[in-house]
Amino acid sequence: MTTLLSILVLVFIFIAIWQMVKIFDLTQTGKTTENNQVANDNDNRINGYLMIGFLIFIYAITIICFVKWGDLPLMSNSASEHGPGIDNLMIISMIVIFFVQTITQFLLHYFAFKYRGEKGRKALFFADNNKLEAIWTIIPVIVLAGLIIQGLFTWTSIMNIDEDADPMVVELYAQQFNWKARYSGIDNALGKANVRLIDINRANELGVDEADPNAQDDIIVKELHLPVGKPVLFKMRSQDVLHSAYMPHFRAQMNCVPGMITQFSFTPTKTTAEMRETAEIQDKVANINNIRKEKSQELMAKGEEALEPYEFDYLLLCNKICGTSHYNMQMKIVVETQEEYDAWIKEQKLFVDSLVKN
Amino acid sequence: MSAHVEEHGHDDHGHHHKETFITKYIFSQDHKMIAKQYLITGLIMGIIGVAMSIMMRIQIAWPEEANPMFEALLGKWAPDGVMSADIYLALVTIHGTIMVFFVLTAGLSGTFSNLLIPLQIGARDMASGFLNMVSYWLFFLSSVIMISSFFVEAGPAAAGWTIYPPLSALPMAQGGSGLGMTLWLVSMAIFIASSLLGSLNYVVTVINLRTKGMSMTRLPLTIWAFFVTAIIGVVSFPVLLSAALLLIMDRSFGTSFFLSDIFIQGEVLHYQGGSPVLFEHLFWFLGHPEVYIVLLPALGITSEIIATNSRKPIFGYRAMVASILAIAFLSTIVWGHHMFISGMNPFLGSVFTFTTLLIAIPSAVKAFNYITTLWKGNLQMNPAMLFSIGLVSTFITGGLTGIILGDSALDINVHDTYFVVAHFHLVMGISALYGFFAGVYHWFPKMFGRMMNKNLGYVHFWITAVCAYGVFFPMHFIGMAGLPRRYYTNTNFPLFDDLASVNVVITMFAIIGSIFQVVFLYNFFASIFYGKKAEQNPWRSNTLEWTTPVEHVHGNWPGAIPQVHRWAYDYSKPGHVEDFVPQNIPLKEGEEELQH
Repeated sequence: MTTLLSILVLVFIFIAIWQMVKIFDLTQTGKTTENNQVANDNDNRINGYLMIGFLIFIYAITIICFVKWGDLPLMSNSASEHGPGIDNLMIISMIVIFFVQTITQFLLHYFAFKYRGEKGRKALFFADNNKLEAIWTIIPVIVLAGLIIQGLFTWTSIMNIDEDADPMVVELYAQQFNWKARYSGIDNALGKANVRLIDINRANELGVDEADPNAQDDIIVKELHLPVGKPVLFKMRSQDVLHSAYMPHFRAQMNCVPGMITQFSFTPTKTTAEMRETAEIQDKVANINNIRKEKSQELMAKGEEALEPYEFDYLLLCNKICGTSHYNMQMKIVVETQEEYDAWIKEQKLFVDSLVKN
Repeated sequence: MSAHVEEHGHDDHGHHHKETFITKYIFSQDHKMIAKQYLITGLIMGIIGVAMSIMMRIQIAWPEEANPMFEALLGKWAPDGVMSADIYLALVTIHGTIMVFFVLTAGLSGTFSNLLIPLQIGARDMASGFLNMVSYWLFFLSSVIMISSFFVEAGPAAAGWTIYPPLSALPMAQGGSGLGMTLWLVSMAIFIASSLLGSLNYVVTVINLRTKGMSMTRLPLTIWAFFVTAIIGVVSFPVLLSAALLLIMDRSFGTSFFLSDIFIQGEVLHYQGGSPVLFEHLFWFLGHPEVYIVLLPALGITSEIIATNSRKPIFGYRAMVASILAIAFLSTIVWGHHMFISGMNPFLGSVFTFTTLLIAIPSAVKAFNYITTLWKGNLQMNPAMLFSIGLVSTFITGGLTGIILGDSALDINVHDTYFVVAHFHLVMGISALYGFFAGVYHWFPKMFGRMMNKNLGYVHFWITAVCAYGVFFPMHFIGMAGLPRRYYTNTNFPLFDDLASVNVVITMFAIIGSIFQVVFLYNFFASIFYGKKAEQNPWRSNTLEWTTPVEHVHGNWPGAIPQVHRWAYDYSKPGHVEDFVPQNIPLKEGEEELQH
C-alpha cells in the first residue's frame, strides 16, 4: 500500500512539474522571441545575483555552525599530555582553512556575479601568466611545508614510545562486542597470550598462557582505571575482527588487529573528577541533561521509562565497523589519583585466581 | 592505423549497415549509444544509491522509530517498520559501493569518456567497438549482481565498502559476510574486468586515433582528464582484483592471506600467519586512486564547460595538464593515509603524510586557474556552468579539510568519524556529482539532439547546492565532536545526545535535496522526447563534437573527418569577429597559434 502511494505521489510530482513548465513557457513566449534553452542576459543577471546570495549563504552557514556547534568539537580540554599538541595543530590548520576558504569562495562567487554575461561584450583573451601561476604554486608550498613539519614533529612525538618513562603496560582486548583490559601486575610484564589458549570452560577468555610466570599477577577487568600523570602503554589485541580503540578525550586511537599486537601510549593528565569540574564539561553535561529531560517527558507521556541523567565519564569506543552491535561496543575509563587506583587494583582478582579450578 | 580506420569509416557511411533494434539499442558497438547506455544505467544505480542514503539518514535522525517506508522497501529487514542494525550496515556498504563504483566511476567516466573521446579527438569510433560493448555489458551484469544481493537470505555485504577482513571473510562474524559478500566480490570482479576493458580502449583510442593536427597539446582538457583517469584505472584496479581474489581464497579455500589467530563463536579457526593490514594496503592501493578516477573526469568536464561558458580560454592550459598528471602520480603513492592508525609502522605514517599533503599543491593550482578563468569573462549562466562553478566551490570546501585528515597527527582523533564522511562526500561525492550533472546538461543536445529545459536546470542547481552544503557542512562539526561513523544509532552514548539535533537538520536537508533530484529526472526524460530541438552548436563551443550533425550517424562525420588547426580554447580571440573559433578553422593569414 505504501509503495503504491509513494508511486502515486511521484507521478503527481512529475505531472505538477510538467504543468508548471508549460505555464512558465507560455508566459515567456510573449516576452521574447528566442526560446532555445540557452542562457540569455536575463538568466545571466538572475543567476549572477544568486551567486552573491549563495556566497552569503556559505558564510552564514559557516558562522551558524561555529556559533551553534563550535563548542562541541574536541579541540580544547584534552585529557592527555600529548593532547594539546594535537589541538594546537588542529587550530592552526583550521585557521589556514578558514582563511583560504573565505577568500577563494569570495573570488569564485564574486567573479561569477561581476562578469555575468552580457550580449555584445567580449571576454578578455587571457590564456596564461607564468608569474601568477608561480605565485599560487609557491604560496601553498610554503604553507604546507609549515604544516607538514609541525605535523610530523607532533606525530613522531606521539608515536615514539618513551621506554625510559617506565610506562604502565596494559592490554586492551577487543571482541565482538565488548572490551576487556588486562593489567600486567607488579612485574609490569604481560603474560604471553594467544587465542589458541582460550578455554571458556576454565574462564580463560583471553587465552593467557597459564604457565608463563609473567601471567601469574595479570589482572583482567571490564572497566579501565588509570592513575593520573602516569604514562600508560596500551598493547592491543583482537580475537575476531578488526576493532579500533578510540579514546577521544585523550586524542588516542589505534586499531586492534587479529594476529598482531598494536600499541599506543599516552599520559592522562586529568582525573575523571577534575574533568567533571571543568567549565566545558559542566556546560556540556547541563546541556545534555536538558535534552534528556525533555526526551524523558516525551517517553513518560507514552508510558515508557524516563532516561537517567547523564554524568560525564571518559569512554573507549569501537571505531572500526565490526558487525551488528558495533554501535554499542564501549568501555568506561576512570582516571583517578594514584591512591584511588592502588586501592581499586587491590580489589581486583588476579588472573590465576579467576580461573575455574578443575 | 589511423589512415586505415578513416577509410573503413568512410566505407561504413557509404552503404549503411542494416541495423536491427537489437544491434542499435542493445548490443550496440557505437560509442554514442554505449555512452547513453552507461548514462541510463548509472542514473538508475544513482537513484538506488541515493534512496539508500536517505533511509540511513532517517534512521540516524530518528533512531529506531518505525517508518512505513522502511517496511515497504526493506521488508523482513525492518520488522514493524523499525530498521535492523544489520541492514543499516548493509545499506552503508552498498550505498558506498554503488555510488563510488557504479555511479561515479562507470556512470560518469563511462558515459563521458565514451561519448567524448572519439568525438573530441576526431575519430570515427573507439579503437575497439566490440570491447566497448563487452565493457558495458559486463558493467550491466555486475550491477544486476550487486543489486540481487539484497534478495539473498542473510542479506547483502555489510562490512563497509572497504570490506576489511576478517569481518568480510568470516560468515560467522555477521550475516552479510555469507552469500551476500560472495555476490559482492563476484560483482566487483566483473566490474573491474569491465573497467579495465573500457580504460584500455580509452587509452588506445586517445593515443592512436587522433585526427590530423590533434597533437597532445591541442587536446581538450576533458580528453586529458579521461586519458589520465584511464591510465590510473589500468594501474590500480588490477590490485583490487587480486585483493578480491585472495579474499575469495581465504573465504572459500581455507588459505590465510589476511587471517590469523581468530577465535569466534566459541571456536578457534585454523588461520595462521595472514594479516588484515595486507588487505588494507591492497585495497587502498586502488581505493585512493579511485578517488581521482572519480574526480578527474569531473574536473575535465568542468574545465571544458567553464572555458566555453566564460567565453575565455581556460587559464594556464599547461599548468592544468601538469596538475592532472601530478595528481595522478601522487594519487598512487598516498594510499597509506587511510591507514595511519591501522597498526602499520609509524614511520610509514610520516612518509604518507608528506606525500598526501603534496597533493594540495596541484589541487590549489587547479582551483586558482578556474577562478582566474572566470575573471573578466563573459559568463553564460547555463545550468552546466552553474554546476561547474558549484563543483569548484565544493572542491575547495571539501578539499581544504583534507589538510587535516592527511596529517597523521590530526587523523588520530578524527579518523573514522563523521568529519571524514563530510570531507569525502564534499570533495569527491558532491563534486563528481556536479561534474556529472554539468556534463549531462552540456552534452545532452549532443546525445539526444534536444535541449534540456534551462529553468528546471536552475531550480535543480540552486536547491541541490543549498542542500549539499546544508548536509555536509554541519557534518564536520559532529565529526570533530568525536561521533564515529557507521553507528546504527547513537543513543547508547549520552555523550552524543547534544548532536542529535544536528543530525535532524542534516537529514532534513538530505531529504529535500534528494526529492528535488526528481526535477532533474523529469527534465532529463521528458527532454529526450519533448525537448526543444537542438542547434548544431548550441553553446558556440570550439571542440570537434559540435561539428558533427545533430542526427547521429555511424562514424560521426558524414564526410571526411575534420582536421585540427588550433587548440580548443580560442574564445574571444582578438582579430576574430565571433567570440569562438572552432578547432577545425585554419589559422588566418598572419594569425599565430598561442604558445600555450
